[in-house]
Parts: sequence; structure tokens; C-alpha cells
Amino acid sequence: MLAALGLSCLEDLVAHLPPEVLLRRPLQLPPGKSEYEIAAWFRAQAEKNASGYACFLGAGAYRHYRPVLVDVIASRGEFLTSYTPYQAEISQGTLTAIFEFQSMICQLTGMEVANASMYDGSTAAAEAALMAARITGRRGLVTARTLHPEYRQVLRTYARFAQLPVAEIAYEPDSGGLDLADLETHVNEETAAVLVQSPNFFGIVEDVPAAAEIAHRRGALLIVVFTEAVALGLLAPPVEADIVAGELQSFAIPPNYGGPYVGVIATREQHIRQIPGRLVGETRDTQGRRAYCLTLATREQHIRREKATSNICTNQALVALMATVFMTVYGKQGLRELAEQNLAKAHYLANRVQRRFSGPFFNEFVVVCQSRPEAVNEALLAKRIIGGLPLGRFYRELDGCMLLCVTEMNRREEMDVVAEALSS
Amino acid sequence: MNGKARTHISQNEPLLFELSSPGKRAYQLPPLDVPAADPQAVLGRERVRPEIENFPEVSEVEVLRHFTRLASWNYAIDLGMYPLGSCTMKYNPRINEAVANLEGLLWAHPYQPESLSQGCLEIMAALEAALAEITGMDAVTLQPAAGAHGELTGLFLIRALLASRGNPRKKILVPDSAHGTNPASVTMAGYVVENVPSCERGMMELATLERMVNEDVAALMVTNPNTLGVFEQEITRIAALLHERGALLYMDGANMNALAGIARPGDFGVDVLHLNLHKTFSTPHGGGGPGSGPVAVKRLLEPFLPVPRLVRRQDGWALDYDRPQSIGRMRSFYGNFGVMVRALAYIMAHGGDGLRKATLDALLNAAYVRKRLESYYEPATPAPTLHECVFSDARQARHGVRTGDIAKRLMDYGFHPYTVSFPLIVRGALMIEPTETESKLELDRFVEAMVCIAREVEEDPELVRTAPHHTRVSRVDEALAARRPVVRWRPPCGK
Repeated sequence: MLAALGLSCLEDLVAHLPPEVLLRRPLQLPPGKSEYEIAAWFRAQAEKNASGYACFLGAGAYRHYRPVLVDVIASRGEFLTSYTPYQAEISQGTLTAIFEFQSMICQLTGMEVANASMYDGSTAAAEAALMAARITGRRGLVTARTLHPEYRQVLRTYARFAQLPVAEIAYEPDSGGLDLADLETHVNEETAAVLVQSPNFFGIVEDVPAAAEIAHRRGALLIVVFTEAVALGLLAPPVEADIVAGELQSFAIPPNYGGPYVGVIATREQHIRQIPGRLVGETRDTQGRRAYCLTLATREQHIRREKATSNICTNQALVALMATVFMTVYGKQGLRELAEQNLAKAHYLANRVQRRFSGPFFNEFVVVCQSRPEAVNEALLAKRIIGGLPLGRFYRELDGCMLLCVTEMNRREEMDVVAEALSS
Repeated sequence: MNGKARTHISQNEPLLFELSSPGKRAYQLPPLDVPAADPQAVLGRERVRPEIENFPEVSEVEVLRHFTRLASWNYAIDLGMYPLGSCTMKYNPRINEAVANLEGLLWAHPYQPESLSQGCLEIMAALEAALAEITGMDAVTLQPAAGAHGELTGLFLIRALLASRGNPRKKILVPDSAHGTNPASVTMAGYVVENVPSCERGMMELATLERMVNEDVAALMVTNPNTLGVFEQEITRIAALLHERGALLYMDGANMNALAGIARPGDFGVDVLHLNLHKTFSTPHGGGGPGSGPVAVKRLLEPFLPVPRLVRRQDGWALDYDRPQSIGRMRSFYGNFGVMVRALAYIMAHGGDGLRKATLDALLNAAYVRKRLESYYEPATPAPTLHECVFSDARQARHGVRTGDIAKRLMDYGFHPYTVSFPLIVRGALMIEPTETESKLELDRFVEAMVCIAREVEEDPELVRTAPHHTRVSRVDEALAARRPVVRWRPPCGK
């Protein structure tokens, strides 16, 4: 090949670069390793992490059973190693699966259109807020304090650079739900959107219709955020929302130390041209056969450049595929049964501890600890159980409390140990 | 036709909703080991939904066959070359998948105690260090979820730094050859885009920038090598000019596959850049994600990096949230950890020498393709190119055939198309990036296919204009999809 190019060595390929930019020494990295050595090194790292522990952490990352078919399908090279499906004729597999994903998200959320995925729930919520500002032409954002604290931090970062002011709404100290009176006082003619998470960060199922009523009365949009998608198998869909922004990690995506996960934005048909990210639509080929392709690209950065609805390009197609397979495996009956198991198990443990809030909850709840939450967790670690999330780090007033999550993966015996540790 | 492709049976498959019938199931749950809770009693009647209307009900074998049939309708790097320019579609080594799927990594909860997360933190620290060395930068954040997310992070950092000096400034200069994400990110960061024209050879000229850089300019956002595959020859002088006038140099690292081990952005004056782990560092594209877009910066931008920062304490790695000047968070938790694992495994497999060798092989493959196609397609620039080569469809357009048609015809020969109609500065662009992982045999087949198509354009242009002819579906009507958007399945009327 060098000869065909009239070159004598590989270095000739960079001979035209300005001499001052060339790196004159080898990169200071360890020498290349064999497959065996690489596997051994990563295995050693994995062993330094918790292994063989029961776990009661949720707070935006949930431990649910992952049906075997999820990895069987998502590890197929035709899905794993394909590019974004711009070339529809040879991407019908990915496109069809995304179309099914969008359809199922609509069925679950009660919305009319859903995009092909977002990076995660936190960026989906922030992008939904920007979307609401575009739709309403207003600038104010109002968020519940019970929106996941890290989602609020992301929202603040995006909002700060978009110069959108953010106000926070208190929670009712007894129920743990949104303080509707406080919401009333903060929503006004400048408000683009109200962001409410349900179930909220404390696990409480919010009164979405009441929040919608307050937002809509002043011409603001309601954005309903979810972090625990399994709840949608049981809870009334947030049909009163204008935009739903959520995280689907619960749908067979491993916790994986925080990512990759998969967010989504769903909305009403009328807002379809303001939705960020990719959309797959149905169409025909030249012979009239049903086919799918990416559509409404005139919203997107590669066409609109600085006038695009968002800069988003890569999304989370493979992770969305995992969620699609999960939804298909569980299906209509299974998702409900799974949600009911989560509900039953969480209530079993909650009934044995001192709950901080009285509102209805799904699979997470806040517990008042008799001793320091950190001390409770230390004691549990000795029994190979990772306890709940101490809340003082995010809510100073809840310093003596922790957030517990119970899923179908938690056994009754573990819960009994936790209940005992919490009451001592 | 050459020997790469022939027709074979492709199964039909309806949508899941059309396969569905009541009572079919593909799941099993263990028996409940606690008393059941009545949803309506504990949540309230109005908070419980009726059934999920039209949600699928299918059997286990139907699930497997459904998605396997769908899979067979995709092209993929596992099936052959993917010459998409600026996308760096290289082989995805499976050892990376194997280590990423270790239970201790897969099931690590982001809030589990740091003392029980040392393996994850060690992996992140090793990757940060390797990327800093490869790019010649001082600090790296792994938090951004994708390249465009990295761009946004980098621009926020620039704004935060300049604001701390008293004036965030107004404009970001973006060359006309840039990816669409660049101007879109600029707008999201609250800046105005000003386009920098390229010279005839496809580069930026110092003289143009001398005129454009003033006290309103916050930064220049450059892709280097640019989207023509050309290295910006005046980059060090451009960097000096920007710095002299109080502006910064942002580099889009999409084309880092041309530089790893050869030249370091940090050494030629770049202040901040993002990388795409799903390009240069071989993590699978997955049909459009997940990606990962780490951002590397010089020391002056380090205080502004997103929280948390990974720090070394006596008892091991820890996450530091006490960063008063930080721009805040860009994403929940710490980024796409699973993608980081794969990228680190790739870097470990190569080592410093291996990365340099891979880069040179990528350059060799691109130069070879360019040389062999030059007599059939019009090169976009006379300048030497690095990891990719761009042609225009000028010669084929005389026969009424455009770049998009040639791309579709390439499918019939068993290849994924090159990048079509980009960069925008080339009329009817064909942008080809073979990467280092293609053998001479696969490159020769690709060249042969392109040469055959060039001949077809002259002899039977209609054949090319109506391509593809051997794919599962023929040309898909994208205009129809946009005119009448159908973005979800609905039950047929009357059902």
C-alpha cells in the first residue's frame, strides 16, 4: 500500500504537518496488553467494588431483574455495532425497534408522541424545560424541591446558561408531596413550566391533576418527570402533563455506576416540532411497502445548525432497545404484576419502620432513623447489606433520615434485618 | 457487481402490537414472599391506572424471533466496512464488552459507599489520566454523555471562565466546515455563531482570523483535522492570536483518530476539547448511542469543571463536591460509566505505541482510498488529507446522478454509504473515512464497488438514481414521513 502511494514509510503520511505540532516522544502509557491481562485487570477492579451485598438504594438508579433475552438481543452485532440509522434502507431493524419504543412510551405515559430517547432522565428534564420555554415564549421555570436533587442541579446548569430563572417549591412537611399552596404563589404570567416528579424523590405519588390545574390556569406548561419507570405499570398515567420527561433505567438497564441510562421526552402532538432529539416515523418505500425512517430532521442540528431545537446528536439507541425488549418481555400483564410486587414489598418494610412522610408511595420511602443514618448503614454493611441513602446530603432538614428503596430483588429476610437495624 | 453481496432470504415480521394477543406472556416472577398490597387501598383509587391499553402481549420465542428478524435488517460494522466520514466506525473489540459486563461493575450502584466503589473510581481515574496524556491536556471530566454534550460542557466552561474575568463576551467563531452540533451547542450556551470562511484548500487562514477576533469573541471552535480531513496548518499561530486577544481555542475532537500518538491538541494551543469515546476509542455505536464525550482542559479551566471531581485521598479515590467555581452538573451521577470501561480496555490493549500505529494505519487506509478513487471522483481539496478523504459528485452530476444516489447504490454492493453531502462547503460531498481496522482486501472491494458505480453513472445513470435495488426495502420516502408524521403505532380503525 505504501508503494502504491509512493511512500517509503508510515511516517511519511504525517510529514506535511507543521513540525512544531508533532509529538516527538512516545505516549506515556503502559505497553499494550493481551486480552488475558486486560480481563484480569478489570476483574480485579470489579472485585474491589461491593459484591454479594443486598442493596436498598434507589434514588434514581434501581435494581430490577434483567430478563435474559435483554442481553441476548442487545449484544447482537447488528444492533450493537450499527450506526445511527440515517440510511433507512439498511437500518430497518433499529428503526422498527425505535418506532415500537416510541409507541410503548406513549401507551405508558398517556402522551401522543415520544422521541427516540435522551441521554438520561436528568438531561431529559432539562431539555423539556428548554422546550417549554420555546413553546410558551416565557422564561421562568418552577421546580418542585422533590425533583431528584441531581436533576435539579442539571436543570440549574442548563437554565443558567439559557438565562432562565429557576424557583423551587417546598414539599408539605407531613405528606412529603408537593406544597400546592406554595406552587400557587410561585406560578405567574412569566412561568414557562412547572416541573414535578412523580413518584417524587421521596417516593411519594404526587397529585398531578392538581399541579396541572395550577400551571394551566396561568398558561404555564406542566412537565412531569419520573425516575422509576416500573411505577408506570400501576400508576395512573400523567395525562394532564404537557411534557413527560423520564428515565427508563428501571427497564433492564443495570445500575452500572450511573450510566449509560436512557431518558425520554414525550408530549402532545401539537408540540412535535419543538421536541429535541431524534424521531422515527412511518413511511413507504418506492414500491409502497411499509418502512421507517428518521423524520422531522428540520428540527435537528445537522440541518438547522444554530437554529436547531437542541444540539443533541447521539442518543441512547442501544439502551432504548434494552428497555424495548424489557417492556416486550413483561408486556401488559407482567409490568403490572412487577409493579404490584414492588408495591407489596416496599409496604412490607415500610410498615416495620418509622416513615417520615404520610403520602402514598410506590417502592421508595423516607425513614426516620433512631441513630445516625451513617451508623445504621455501617451496621448493615457488616451484615452484607447496603442500606438506604442518608438524606442530609441533599436536604439538611432531613439529616436524621434515609431514603430506602425496595424492589422485587429484595428478599423478605433482608428486609427484616433492615427493619431491625433501623429500630435499634 | 463484485463479490461482496448477494441476495438471501429475509423474514417478514409484523410490529409487536400486531403479534400481540391477550394472555400470551414471556415473563416469570418468583412468588411474592410478603403479603400482597391492594394498590387501590394503599395508593387511592384515582392514582391507579386501568390496564395499559394496547401494550404488547407476546410469548418468549416470539420476542426472540421478533428482534432477531429485526436485527437481520440492519447493516453493522460486524458485517463490513462503514466508510462514514467523521464517524470513525472502527471494529469494536469484544474483550471490551466482556469486561464491561463484569457483575461487579454492572451492578455497582452510583450511591453505594465510596469504600465499596474503589474499582469503578480506579477505572475512571485511569481513563482520565490516559486521555490527558493522549490529548496533552491538564484535566479531564468524564461526565458528558456524548460528543454534543461535551461541546456544551466545554462552551459552558469558557463562558464561566470569561465571566469570572468580568466579561463572558458574545460570539463564538465556527468554521463553515464544522459539524452541525457546533453551532447548535453555541446557541445553547448563550453565544452567537459567527462563521469563519475556509480558503480554497479547505483551511482557515490566519489573516481572516486577524480581522475577525475582537473583544466580542469568546472562542474559536475548530475541528482539527477539519471535516475535509485537512490539518489546520496555522493552528499554533491561530491559538497565539486568540490568546493574545483574550479568547480561547476550543477543539472538537471528533477527528482525534487522525492524531492519537502523532500530535497533541494541548501542545498546539488548544484550551478545551471534547473526545468521542464511541469514535476514536472504539466503543460500539449501538445504532445511535450510548456515546460518551469527555472534556479535557488546560489548568485555567479546571476550577470550572462539573461536579463531582475525582480526587485521590489517603484511603483511596473519592468524589469531591466542594468546587465553588464549578459550572455545576451536566448529567446525573458520573457519566456513561459503561462506555468508559470499554474505552479504557481499548487504550490498554493498544498502549502508547499501539495507538500511534493505529493512527498511522488509519491515515494509510484513507490515503490509499483517496489515491485509488481520484481518477473517478473529484477530490474536494488538493491539500494532503489525514484520516478521511472528501470528493465531490461534480463528474457524476453531469449525468444527473448525485452523491445521495451513489450512496444508495453502494448498499447494493454490500457497503454502508459514506457520509453524504457533508461538509457543506463541498458541493455534493462524498466523505470517506475507512479507519485502521479495514484490511487491504476490504478496501479493494470498496474501491472496486465505487469504480463500478462510476462506470454505471456513465452507462446507465437511471440504475444508480433509483438505487438501492437489492435491499430489503427500496428507496424510502423521507419526504412523505415528514409531511404526514406517523411516529407511533395506533390500532387499525374499527378495532
